[in-house]
Amino acid sequence: MLANYGYQDGSGDFFITINTDRCGECQAKGCAAACPAGVLEIMEDDYGDVVASVREEHRKKIKYSCASCKPGHRGIHPEGGSEAGPPSLPCQTACAAGAIRHSW
Amino acid sequence: MITAGIDVGNKYAKVVLLDGDRVLARQSRPTGFEQKEAASSALVAALAEAGISREQVAGVVATGAGKSEVVFADDHITEVGADARGALFLVPAARTVVDVGAEEGRAIRLDGNGRVVDFAMNEKCAAGAGSFTESMARALEVDLIEMGPLSLKSTRLVPMNAQCAVFAESEVVSLIHARTSKEDIARAVNDAMASRIVSMTRRVGVEKEVVLIGGVAHNVGFVKGLEEGLELKVVIPEGPEYVTALGAACAAREKAGNGGKDNG
Amino acid sequence: MAEAEQKKEFWRWKEYNWHNPDLDWRVGKIVSGGVDVGSVSSQAVVMVDGELYAFASMRTGSDSPSSAENAFNWAVEDTGMTLGDIHYIVGTGYGRVNVPFAHKAITEIACHARGANFIYGPGVRTVLDMGGQDCKAIHCDEKGKVTSFLMNDKCAAGTGRGMEVFADLLGVSIEDVGELSLQVDEEPEPVSSTCVVFAKTEATGLLRAGWSRERVLAAYCSAMAHRVVTLLERIGVEPEFAITGGIAKNVGVVRRIEKELGITAAQTSYDSQIAGALGAALFGRALAQKGK
Repeated sequence: MLANYGYQDGSGDFFITINTDRCGECQAKGCAAACPAGVLEIMEDDYGDVVASVREEHRKKIKYSCASCKPGHRGIHPEGGSEAGPPSLPCQTACAAGAIRHSW
Repeated sequence: MITAGIDVGNKYAKVVLLDGDRVLARQSRPTGFEQKEAASSALVAALAEAGISREQVAGVVATGAGKSEVVFADDHITEVGADARGALFLVPAARTVVDVGAEEGRAIRLDGNGRVVDFAMNEKCAAGAGSFTESMARALEVDLIEMGPLSLKSTRLVPMNAQCAVFAESEVVSLIHARTSKEDIARAVNDAMASRIVSMTRRVGVEKEVVLIGGVAHNVGFVKGLEEGLELKVVIPEGPEYVTALGAACAAREKAGNGGKDNG
Repeated sequence: MAEAEQKKEFWRWKEYNWHNPDLDWRVGKIVSGGVDVGSVSSQAVVMVDGELYAFASMRTGSDSPSSAENAFNWAVEDTGMTLGDIHYIVGTGYGRVNVPFAHKAITEIACHARGANFIYGPGVRTVLDMGGQDCKAIHCDEKGKVTSFLMNDKCAAGTGRGMEVFADLLGVSIEDVGELSLQVDEEPEPVSSTCVVFAKTEATGLLRAGWSRERVLAAYCSAMAHRVVTLLERIGVEPEFAITGGIAKNVGVVRRIEKELGITAAQTSYDSQIAGALGAALFGRALAQKGK
């Protein structure tokens, strides 16, 4: 399953997508600890799989929660974002299964 | 040499008249739906304040959301460029500039030479700038200028879950029904705003001196939240809402001095 | 002020209950229940051996736990059933952690997909739910299991609340927005601001410039439809496509969504508002069968 956490508002699309099929294959789940803002958590989803997810309290402000890992306008693509996201995000580096994508 | 900077914001059109290194006048008029008229009328008022005539103004540069409506301007510059110039003019040690206006928030990082290194914006979402506080002030039935002082009297931390001005308004109404004090609600509102601006600023990196400009700088509750979030004291120049227009006037000075070359 | 607000939100508060008088729940093998506690309304559904037996929809009060119980009690009114007669109850929705008598809490995304599968049939693959305060796009398989989802409850644009702000501005009742928005000779440019607060200012300007109410409503419904479509396209749209939630009743938004996607939304005789609670009851049945 592709779980998209985040939102779209006037200023853009801000979603973290977790591919739970790939995530389920990973035992280590180093992503949650790697995030400096504590955005991710490991939990059991509705279908009984243990996967990474974005904490409820961050879902509505993910643009702000992830801000310290995202450069300003000179460092990223303009509106529209890059589907792959900048490669150096700590969560993505820690993810062995390549299950995490950022929409901005 | 006298130059004029016009910042046509979403809520107010501001004009600053600059003579060399001296600010001669500062005037503002509500923008309403007539951007060009507001800009003209603010300029006329500024000329009157300075006691000079239009012909004495060597150059006019416009900035702000409505800059293209100022057809009588000699040139336009971006708000980022204007913010940087204005802040540096007043605070030469400025390295981070945070501008929070009615509808837009900006954070700008400058290097030692005053060049813009990076910037981040909160735009097109009312929760990202002053409109948020304005909507909440209406829901609380207090004047906008009360939001700051009111929040400083808060005795309890109340979380604000909504990240949208429309949903926050409903949340404020529920809080009022639950008998939460206006002071505590005002604080929650200002803290929520401050938290978003802090995050936006972190995207460009925080380096002292951090200069806060824009109308929302008048909100002492917001400033408190901002300083707590950034863990430092910010510098707020006098007349923070005029700094962008001042920056445009500086740009006009550069342009007139360089024979028309625009440093963007 | 409270009364005016109540009146404003009335369109989402059509309260009702129903049960099947021809079904004797006492002879059923597995009785399962689902309760969906939303921020504005709550639904309760009871199923007997996988068949829909009873349901109710009512306003969520300020107290979630009692809302859940009240909704359930109303659903089974005059049936002789009590909470203790249900083998498995699943709570869902915004207030799912506040259903004290539930055996399990399951997210509204999973429950909604399962419920949609029941309501629209196993052919449904994409569900768009536009609620009062959120907007969900869900993909599911033939069993109603979620294969991808996206939920936006941060921003009022694309939600019933956003539409309410516009209806208020134009002095139009929310039920009339859809029809009125279709009464234009040609489609105007959509409102350019996504943000409801800024769109409202923009609309005020349009009215001042002489636009009719119908034209402004058309511009806003058009903008809302487009926004919802971009959200949907993030996970893709596969037929069959179903639209649920309060805005499903807004023909102005629905038609424009269908037009932009080039796909017609599926119809049903059920009230799609019970999808979440229904899915929860189905989950309950499956869990009861597994002996959990």
